Amino acid sequence: MAEGQLIGVDVGGTFTDLILTDPQSGAVRLAKVPTTPENQAHGVLAALTAAGADLPATALIVHGTTTTTNAVLERKLAKTGLITTQGFRDILELGRRTRPQAYGMTGSFTPVIPRNLRLEVPERMDATGHPLIPLDEAAVEAAGRQLLDEGCVSVVVHFLHAYANPAHERRAAEILARFWPNAHITTGHSLLSESREFERGVTAAVNASVQPLLERYLARLTGELAQGGYRGEVLVMNGNGGMVSALTVSREAAKTVMSGPASGVMAAAYTGRRAGLANLITYDMGGTSTDVALIRGAEPPVSNEIEIEYAMPIHVPMVDVRTVGAGGGSIARVTAAGLLAVGPESAGAQPGPICYGRGGTEPTISDANLLLGRLDPAKFTASATPLAAVEAAFAEKLGKPLDLSALDAAEAVIRLANIRMAGAIRMVSVSLGADPRDFTLFAFGGAGPLHATALARELGIPRVLIPARPGITNALGCTVADLRHDFVHTLNTPLDTLDMARLSETLEEQATEGERLIRAEPVALRALRRLHSVDMQYRGQTHLLRVPLDGPEITREALLARFEEVYYNRFRIRLPGAAAAVVNANTSVIGTRAALDLSTLIDPAQRRATLAEAQTGTRRVRFAGAWHQTPVYWRDHLPADAALTGPAILEQMDTTTVIEPGDRAGTDADGNILITLGGAA
Amino acid sequence: MIDPITLSVIEAGLQQVCDEMDLTFSRAAFSPVIAEANDRSDGIYDAADGSLIAQGAGGLPVFVGTMQASTRTLIAMIAKGEAAAPKPGDIYIVNDPYLGGTHLMDVRFAKPFYRGGKIFCWLSNTGHWPDTGGAVPGGFSASATSVEQEGLRLPPVRLFKEGTLDAEIYAIICSNIRVASQRIGDVKAQAAALMVGEERLSALMDRYGDDTVAGAIAELRRRAARQMESFIAEIPEGRHEATAWVDSDGVVNEPLAIRLAVTRQGEGLRFDFTGSSAPCTGPMNSVRATTLSSVYLAMRHIFPEVPISAGAFEPLEVTGIEGTFLDAHYPRPVSGCAAEVSQRIAEAVFAALAPALPKRVTAAPAGTSGNFALGGHDPETGRDFVMYQLSGGGYGGAASGDGISNGCSTIGISKAPPVEIMEQQFPVLYHHYRLREGSGGAGEHRGGFGLDYMVELRRGEARASFVMDHGRFGPQGALGGSDGAVNEVTVWQNGTPITPEHLSKAQDIPLKPGDRVEVRTPGGGGYGNPARRDPEAVAHDLAMGYYSEAELRALFPGQ
Repeated sequence: MAEGQLIGVDVGGTFTDLILTDPQSGAVRLAKVPTTPENQAHGVLAALTAAGADLPATALIVHGTTTTTNAVLERKLAKTGLITTQGFRDILELGRRTRPQAYGMTGSFTPVIPRNLRLEVPERMDATGHPLIPLDEAAVEAAGRQLLDEGCVSVVVHFLHAYANPAHERRAAEILARFWPNAHITTGHSLLSESREFERGVTAAVNASVQPLLERYLARLTGELAQGGYRGEVLVMNGNGGMVSALTVSREAAKTVMSGPASGVMAAAYTGRRAGLANLITYDMGGTSTDVALIRGAEPPVSNEIEIEYAMPIHVPMVDVRTVGAGGGSIARVTAAGLLAVGPESAGAQPGPICYGRGGTEPTISDANLLLGRLDPAKFTASATPLAAVEAAFAEKLGKPLDLSALDAAEAVIRLANIRMAGAIRMVSVSLGADPRDFTLFAFGGAGPLHATALARELGIPRVLIPARPGITNALGCTVADLRHDFVHTLNTPLDTLDMARLSETLEEQATEGERLIRAEPVALRALRRLHSVDMQYRGQTHLLRVPLDGPEITREALLARFEEVYYNRFRIRLPGAAAAVVNANTSVIGTRAALDLSTLIDPAQRRATLAEAQTGTRRVRFAGAWHQTPVYWRDHLPADAALTGPAILEQMDTTTVIEPGDRAGTDADGNILITLGGAA
Repeated sequence: MIDPITLSVIEAGLQQVCDEMDLTFSRAAFSPVIAEANDRSDGIYDAADGSLIAQGAGGLPVFVGTMQASTRTLIAMIAKGEAAAPKPGDIYIVNDPYLGGTHLMDVRFAKPFYRGGKIFCWLSNTGHWPDTGGAVPGGFSASATSVEQEGLRLPPVRLFKEGTLDAEIYAIICSNIRVASQRIGDVKAQAAALMVGEERLSALMDRYGDDTVAGAIAELRRRAARQMESFIAEIPEGRHEATAWVDSDGVVNEPLAIRLAVTRQGEGLRFDFTGSSAPCTGPMNSVRATTLSSVYLAMRHIFPEVPISAGAFEPLEVTGIEGTFLDAHYPRPVSGCAAEVSQRIAEAVFAALAPALPKRVTAAPAGTSGNFALGGHDPETGRDFVMYQLSGGGYGGAASGDGISNGCSTIGISKAPPVEIMEQQFPVLYHHYRLREGSGGAGEHRGGFGLDYMVELRRGEARASFVMDHGRFGPQGALGGSDGAVNEVTVWQNGTPITPEHLSKAQDIPLKPGDRVEVRTPGGGGYGNPARRDPEAVAHDLAMGYYSEAELRALFPGQ
């Protein structure tokens, strides 16, 4: 493949970010333009223009899109029908007998496919995959035609126990394919071959109902790119942190839901690997959400059990990113008990915090950062809302009931917000069996670097990494992501009767299939790796623990020892004599592309020789109740070997980094800021 | 006086300790009841009187008030010498329902937390064990007439002594329960949760200082009381009355009445149950702790903003339960209290307060755990089995909209098992598992729909038992809305349908291969006058097949 330009472009909720690297000149160009929700392609093209991309000279475009995410969350889905086992059409609506919150008997739920488009046909398998009732083929055809008459453009075939025997689903799909006017036929077992009819059904239904939308969007985008002279491939990010050709990605469109957060984690893992930091807690705080993930051994965490909102499980392998807060827009208020509370209500993107001047009236985390001098007041004077209005709101709504000054109230908001976020991050790490103190906090997003050091202190984390371009981390993720295929095969067998040779064969087959798929992609690879693991439990348990394997071959005794070790590390309990079982055999095949040099993310020509030359001024910033005259630096101007001690503020195009008094910060070759926390945590 | 910011910070810290205990317990537990269904709760309790300081946000709602009652009773028994004096590292075990509990299956652990050689507070948790012995596997005997038939009853004894499991006590427990071999994992998980709590609470106190934390706890309690009082002030003065009915006690086929009068008196709220039915022969008795807890959890459903704290309960006074089935004493059977009677008490609270708080209170939800147990022998595996199918029902309509369908019980938060898993594990086949059309109570905002499932025994033999409710009376509508549909159980033996005598309760109905059970769970009550329902919503319900045209004409007059 020619050494052309490489472009990563990520469409987020508010901004479309782009990063362009030119391997010949070493140049890196960035762009940040508003997202165009109606047709995201416009924003993508605008970003390409803004970065001055030369499409004919571009070798590869990797794209992260929220087309499918938005469609699901807003239920703006393609009209989709369901054909299912007689007696079970309501599975998608009944769910698993839950309610949206533990307390409060209200709430609502809208199924992905409405009841009048869910049709039943006679057929039935039992749990072993033995057919009890043959498939009524005429009924399948009649149901398909009825759905077409209703105007459906996509169809799901979802039968009970199809994971055990997919013959009926396959046959039904064949029958439909004879007259269905497009390729939008999803069978339940093809995305997820696991039991649990609600989760498998929702996954398939989501896939079918976003498939036409993703396909249409990508056709438009690739058409426009071709018009601009682009001759290369467009790869699309999947939620598992890998990417797939735009030509085939729609077939498994559900895998692109949640791909945005996955890109950020991929970039973090890549950056961390280069910096020699294998264990990271990624902390992505934006205007409307705060997302966290745990990277161990430089591997992003992948889970098959993610629920993207209440009763909306999408059970395909996805990077395990958890939302722990509402972001900078979180609203602070005083409760009826006279206590300060921050979130979960959010001012969102509209009207947003008071300081945005778009009509927001409630004090938010972002407003508090402004009052305390962490954000540059000069940047907000242009808006219709002067600093005084923000201060007045804090005095009136928080200061008065708490008997505090507006500034003390603002500081309290930050302190409490940090404690809440730290608590939520602890819960994430504890639920995954990890101690946060063993990690480096990787902070990004527009607001992450504002809070990172305080949060790290709260969690006992000794070190913080702020990447060179915190605000375009997702786009960077697109350019460094791997090709990736994940396989899960359910065994559900006690370890003492498991056929170990069969386990090895299964893992080997998964790897072979993954390697075949990856080699078929028109992308140059640097390396191909496999990750093998098994999911295990003690018989009688419902939770699974993932046990990594070094390769497909392992003895029964070695596997038991490994499981016991993982179990002890997770729960601090040993259960000698309890019977272990192997539930799933898993393989991921990962194709790594040519390494991307991050050292030019910040243009070396911009660097100044000394710290003093990088300083743009000083301003008063409040830490722990006292104002500090704090030096402000332009991050791009920092010398390559900068070392400084807080308090300090680093500003750059896309974010502001706060270094608290006593913390020490340095830079590395990739332009990362590494902050070592001073004093005892 | 502690500043309000430190208060908020310590409140968050205490909550975090409890949430980590909850998480540890669930993740390490063996029993799916705990691991998957989260039928457990963890908290921190006052050293002097066991008052609730903080409790995990993910705990089962029915335990919201029972754990302080249990800890309180333990402390009193220690003071009187009726329980052994504590030492550091000890963990007490107790499941006696009359000592601040629910039913026998809810086993409580309590661990003194020491600071400077003195007990600073107690860490306690409750977990639902899959079995504690007794006449039937699982403990829900619909026809028990004394607590001895329901299982092993433990007074508070120290299962762990100075950090070491007492093998002798444990051996007694194991000889009296089914599937004892798996319990050690749950016992260790339950103890591990308390140890994690100890570690995290110690860290919190090291950081903020013992006096500050103690001061904050006292102040948080005062403020929680004030917050509850501020919500009570929304309730108009006067008496708000309601009656809710339990179908029968499972032994004597007569309805049991919960008569409730809620009166606002100044800043407090009195819940008077005078006139409720006398203690019953079968297992539908409630114990005092569960009755109080049911009132608390109903109030928290109405005011979810109120923190879980003893202070929040202080303005709530419960009277008139003495001599009724809501305050049963030894040896009355009680297995139905946590799952069924508790929900009916909550329904009485909702029904009494809906006219007073129309924006906040919903019409009655399905209000039954829908417990169907099938015990038998599978010749294919050669093993005995006990299968539980718990099911949801419709929620009540509310000011904000229609009720949801197939919601979890009022007192629980657990997920139902998938049909595919049930068929993998047990010799059964489901014929349908569908939304129960027509079951939602009519109203301006209708109730949600119940569930309708039919399951067939494929081989071997088995006995079916039911502990459900709302078979006689549907969940109550509010403000002019109609009641939701009643619970219906039908057992098909040799193709002949049978309705259980007690409608929603029955024990040991024998099934042969090919026999079937159909359960149709209640819909939620309707909210507001059905004639005022938006015609578009009525048309949508018709298009979705939620009601037939005839049903709509009958239920929504003028539409």
